[in-house]
Order: sequence, then structure tokens, then C-alpha cells
Amino acid sequence: MYNTNKVIVGIVVFIIFFSMPFWLNFGKVKAFPEIELPTDLKECVESREYMRANHMKMLLDWRDQKVREGKVYYINSKGEYYLMSLQRTCLKCHQHRGHFCERCHITVSARPDCWKCHKGPEEIDCSECHTPKEVKRWH
Amino acid sequence: MALKRRDFLKFLGLTGVAGIGATLGGVLIGKGEHILKEVQTSGKVRWAMAIDTRVFKTEEDFQKVIQACHRAHNVPSIPDPLREVKWIWVDTFERAFPTIENQYISDDIKKRKFLLLCNHCDNPPCVRVCPVKATFKRHDGVVVQDLHRCIGCKFCMAACPYGARNYNFYPPREFLKDINPEYPTRTLGVVEKCTFCYERIDEGKLPYCVEASEGKIYFGNLNDPKSSVREAIAKNIVIVRKPELTTKPMVFYII
Amino acid sequence: MVEYALKGKPRYWIWLGFLGVLILIAFYFWNLEHHIGAGRLLGLHRDLTWGLHIGQLAFFVGAAAGAVMIVLPYYFHNYKEFSKITILAEFFAVGMVLVAMLSVFVVMGQPSRVFFVLLHPTPNSIIFYDLIVLSGYLILNLICGWTVLHAEYKGVKYPTWLKPIIYLAILWGPSIHIVTAFLLQGLPGRDYWLTAIMAPRFLASAFSAGPALLIVLALLAKKLTGFDVGQKAIDTISKIITYAFIINLLFFGFEVFTAFYSGIEHHKAPFLYLFFGYEGHSEYVGLMWLSMVLALIAVVLLVIPSLRRNETALVLACLAVIASIWIEKGFALMIGGFTPNSFHTVTPYKPTFPEFMIAVGTWAVGFTIITVLWKIAISVYQSKEKGVFIRSS
Repeated sequence: MYNTNKVIVGIVVFIIFFSMPFWLNFGKVKAFPEIELPTDLKECVESREYMRANHMKMLLDWRDQKVREGKVYYINSKGEYYLMSLQRTCLKCHQHRGHFCERCHITVSARPDCWKCHKGPEEIDCSECHTPKEVKRWH
Repeated sequence: MALKRRDFLKFLGLTGVAGIGATLGGVLIGKGEHILKEVQTSGKVRWAMAIDTRVFKTEEDFQKVIQACHRAHNVPSIPDPLREVKWIWVDTFERAFPTIENQYISDDIKKRKFLLLCNHCDNPPCVRVCPVKATFKRHDGVVVQDLHRCIGCKFCMAACPYGARNYNFYPPREFLKDINPEYPTRTLGVVEKCTFCYERIDEGKLPYCVEASEGKIYFGNLNDPKSSVREAIAKNIVIVRKPELTTKPMVFYII
Repeated sequence: MVEYALKGKPRYWIWLGFLGVLILIAFYFWNLEHHIGAGRLLGLHRDLTWGLHIGQLAFFVGAAAGAVMIVLPYYFHNYKEFSKITILAEFFAVGMVLVAMLSVFVVMGQPSRVFFVLLHPTPNSIIFYDLIVLSGYLILNLICGWTVLHAEYKGVKYPTWLKPIIYLAILWGPSIHIVTAFLLQGLPGRDYWLTAIMAPRFLASAFSAGPALLIVLALLAKKLTGFDVGQKAIDTISKIITYAFIINLLFFGFEVFTAFYSGIEHHKAPFLYLFFGYEGHSEYVGLMWLSMVLALIAVVLLVIPSLRRNETALVLACLAVIASIWIEKGFALMIGGFTPNSFHTVTPYKPTFPEFMIAVGTWAVGFTIITVLWKIAISVYQSKEKGVFIRSS
């Protein structure tokens, strides 16, 4: 092999660089983040398993049906009626997205841009527990 | 010399391609027309509004209506007058109806103020030009703005003859004091306008401005001869903005 | 062939570096706009939502389509005198149409959603067609120019499968500015634009400003590299520019007649605002009359044959044509369309420095592409003339 030394050094650097997320965060990340569930209602629009797998699809569905097709209510698998609205249905219970939605999103590095426009009734001031830099990064 | 077989085949091939191309072009044009036909109201309900300009007397009358809409919909109050966002606002007769304005009309009309908003036209130029169908006309006549899809090209603002559309030149949340948690805000770089409160009329309620006007604004189904708006238009003299453009606006002004 | 672009005299790299700096400045301002808001950076406002940048679209689709005036005679009518300038024209078209596309892109308020235009195709919207024709023209010219150049590089004739693509590119050319004109002329609320002659005006200004810019750049290339496209080619193109420019002025005159003879106030108003002032506002009167004076100078220099054949006078004439049409199409067209506004009052528009630098950045991208592609093309032709076949490593 030509330039053996340079190649081996390059391979080692490559491995170190691309495995950085693993060894840099060793011990710091929990497999499942602690999310704050709402205290009043026990059940969501659908079951926990369904929501975990399908909440984004459901929200997009609701968005298109509400805005583009003018439908108002969603009938869940139990036959209950829910208003198709992120603000008035979901965020009514999951009031603080930072402690619920974003905890998982940040862990898996999912960045939906809903929050640019949709704002819940968030009574809590994020700057009480987080630095301004963190607030800006997650906003 | 007789036509060579190869040349004949080439000719056939070219004609075939041209034929298919023309058909596709025809289909495309036909489809466009088909869509244009669809943007006009086809349903049983056609929402319209009639504003009785005679009974709006004080500044407070107007502000009650405007604030009801703007507060509920989180419309930011931008201090820059050139770039403000206004879903419903007050303007003079001269600016609202520039083509019928005349120096010899009555003083009363000249001094009167008019509430202007999106007219939810029956033949809306803004719907025709939107490249992503972010702005579209529902079957019941409401011209909806889907903020999830708007790419901010501002073509609809160029097309609207009434200046009813607003681009978010500034981040709106910087200029919102109290955010209504029941309605989203918008973000930079999208176009917004009056929605005829379609989220409320879908639930059987009246638009915020109509409710706040306490009877000064009529709203209803134009196709229903017994609706308040139909009666208001039938019994009074009404004008619309820029009728010569045949956009068929659905906001009527009782003068 | 690409290796020709990677080797150059210091002035080549300095020029590309300068253009790179302009691009970076433009990118900075464009990015800033999406953080702090267009209202804090640009001169656009509620009553004028398309300003300098869409004006650049109008101007540069014309410049791009102007290449058709060179490519058409060469390929359709075997006009051999254009043999050297055709390749330059095709690459020129690539750069110019890229500027046009970028000019539209920087206007978008939500640039991450631009692909919705393809995801949600809307056949009734002209922007949909604009995207298709502009992208198509870019790709077609790139394929045609590169393939012909590569054939030249190898010393063979270009492959036969290219001929229909060349024909398609030539027929596609006028579509780019016709569609751009349709953007404007179908809007019922804008009296300055609601005219059938908008598309012919775009055609006429395209076929004068485009070849004019091409002549200026080709003569510049001759000065810098010694690559001569031929006096006959320059002569013929200058004649095309002359006729196209006169027709352009005539069309404008027809517009003025319709507006003023009909006497309709809101039809006259944009012309009055631009040339004389309206309702106390006269921001652009000087600029518009400058455009007219430049047009007059251009006509005089172009119509008189001895001046047209004189290289210095021709370059001056071409620059006058470009400047006059840039003012009229690249700037005044937008202002006239939105002034007076929907309420028939005047809200003046003044483009800001960041707005201008974003436009300059888009020009820099186009000129970078033209510089690189022309370097390759000229190197290929010049190495052939020297009788040297440079093998790519």
C-alpha cells in the first residue's frame, strides 16, 4: 500500500471523529427521556402506543382535514369526538411542550417546525430553569 | 427519388411525439381550465358579509370590531405603518372606492369611514396565482390561507386588487403582547389575511367581527333568500369594491 | 475539459475571489432576512411586494433568452459566421438564467418550502410554469453547450442525438420570458401590467439586451484572451440588436398611447408617476428620463452604420442598451406595477443596501458560471487553433 502511515492515521482519525457522539455523551443520555404527563386527564385522543407511533401522522392528517377540507371533529377508535386542533385539543392538556414534546424530540434530534407558529398556554417561564442559550436553541 | 423507409419511419416517430405532446398540452390546458372552474363556488352555501356603513359612528365602534378580530387571531401590531399586518381595518371612501370617488358626492359619504377586509371574491385572482394552492377557495366560498403551505412568494399580494393581504415583514411574536392560546400565531415570511373566521362558522358560530359589531355587520348564506345578509342587500343600496374587475367580491357595503 | 477551469492566470483567480466575496455578502444578508425580518432589511412594504429582485428576474430572463438570437441562425439556418460565438452564447444563457432563478429564490419568504411548487403542482399558477421553463432552459443549454464543446475538444462533430435537443432549446428560449411576462400581465389589479403587449415587450427587450450584454462580454473576452468571435458575427448581432431595440421602444410608445389617449386616470397614473411625478411623489423621474436619454444615445449609435461598425461606439451603444433596459425592466417595471397602489395612492419604494447587495450576489453567481464555462470553452478553441490536443489526466 502506498503512503501506509498516512492512510492508517487517516482511518484512525475517521473512526474517532465519527464515533464522537457515542463516547462524548457516554453516561449523559438516558435511553428514554423523562416526560411530564398531564395531571388532569388520563387518556389522550388515542392510546399511548398509537400516539407514540402515529402522533405526527395524525397531526398532519388533522392539519389537512381541518384547514384544507374544513372538517371539524375527529372520531377516535372509541367513538369519542375531539376537535381537530393542536392548540385547543393537544396543547390544552400537554401545556408545556418543553417538558413533554421536546424532551423526546431533542433526544432523537427531531425538529418539527410547528412551534414557530403554534404556541400553547405555557404558563411557565422557560428561563427559570434553562439558560437563554438553551431556550434559544430549543425554541 | 422515392421516400426512403428510414425517413418515413423518422417522420412517423416525430408526428407521434408531436401528437402526444399536443394531447398532453391539451390535457394540461384543459386541466387548468377545469381547476379554474372549480375555484368558483359550487356548493349550496355561499358566505357573504354586508357592512352597514351608516351606523358606524364613532372610532370606538370600529375599534371594537377590529380588536375582536386581531386579538382572537393573534394579529401583531406592527408599529411600521408601511408594513403593518391588518386583517380588518378602517379606510376612507376615497381609498376604498377610488374609481367611483368624485368631488361632487355628498359630504356625508366623503367623510364616512369604511371597514375593509378580504372580500372572499367569487372569482379570486389570488387563488388563480398561488403556485402551491396555499390560498384556495372552499366549496362554501371562503378563500382560505393555509399557512402551513405558504412559501412566501407574495404572488397573491400582487394579484389582490384590494390590498387585503399581509406579508409578515417582521417576526410577529415580537409584536404580540397577549397571545390567545386558542389560535396559532404566524411566523416570518408568510402571507395572511382575513379568514371569514371559517374555524368559527364551521362550528356554527359567527365571525368575531360580526359578533363584536352588535348588529352593524350582517353575515350569512347568500344562497338562502331568508338570511340576514340577503335581506340587507335586497332592502338597501349596496356597493362593492372595484366591480369593474369582476372579481365578484362577497363583502357588500350598505350606503 | 474541466481542468481548463482549474488552471488560470492570477487575474482569473482574483476575479473569481472577488465574485466569491460578493456572493458571501449576499448570502449573509439573505440569511439575516430570515432571522430578523424582511421589514428590517429590505425596502419592500405592504403596497409593493415585488421590487428589485423580481425586476432582476424580468431583466435576466430576457438576457438569457437573447442567446436564442445567436443560436437560432446558427442551427436553423446554418449561419456559419456564428460558429464561434454560439458556444459562448449558450454558456452565457446558462449563467443568466441561473441569475433569474436565484432572483426568484431570494424573494421567497419560506425558502425551505420552495419544493412545494413541485410537490403540489398547480397548473393554473404561472409560477409553476416559470419554474419548469427556467429549469428546463438551464438544463437544455448546459447539455447543448457542453456536448458541442466536448465534441469540439475531441475533434469530432457533435452526436446526432443532440440535434433535437438543440432544436428544443431554441424553441424553449422564448418561452422563458413569455412565461415571466405572463406572471405580470394576467393580474387584474395592476394597470401598468395588464396589457397583452407585455410579452412582446419582453421579447423585444430580451433580443436587444441579451445580445448586447453578450457582445460586451465577448469583446471583453477578446481583449483578455485574444479569442476573436469574428467581425461578421459582431456585425450581424449588432444589426439584430438595433432592430430589436427600436421595436422595444416602439412597443413602449404604443403603451404610452393607449394609456394617455384613453384618458383613464389609473391607466395614466403609473406613467405619470414614473416620468413626471404623481400626487406629490416624483422619486424616479430622473432615473426614467436617464433611461430615455440612454435609449436615444443607443439608437443613434446603432442606426448609423459607421458608428455601429466602430468597436468603441458599438460597446458604448450596447452598454447604453443594457442600462436603459435594466432601468426600464429591471426596476421601473416593478415600481410602475405597484404604484399607484390598490388604493390609488402612492407609497414610494426605495431599495436598501442589503437588498441591492443580494441582487449583486445573484449577478456574481451568474458571472462566476459564465467565467468558468467561458474559460473552458475558450481554452478548448484556442488549444485547437494552436494545434495542441491537451489530454485530460
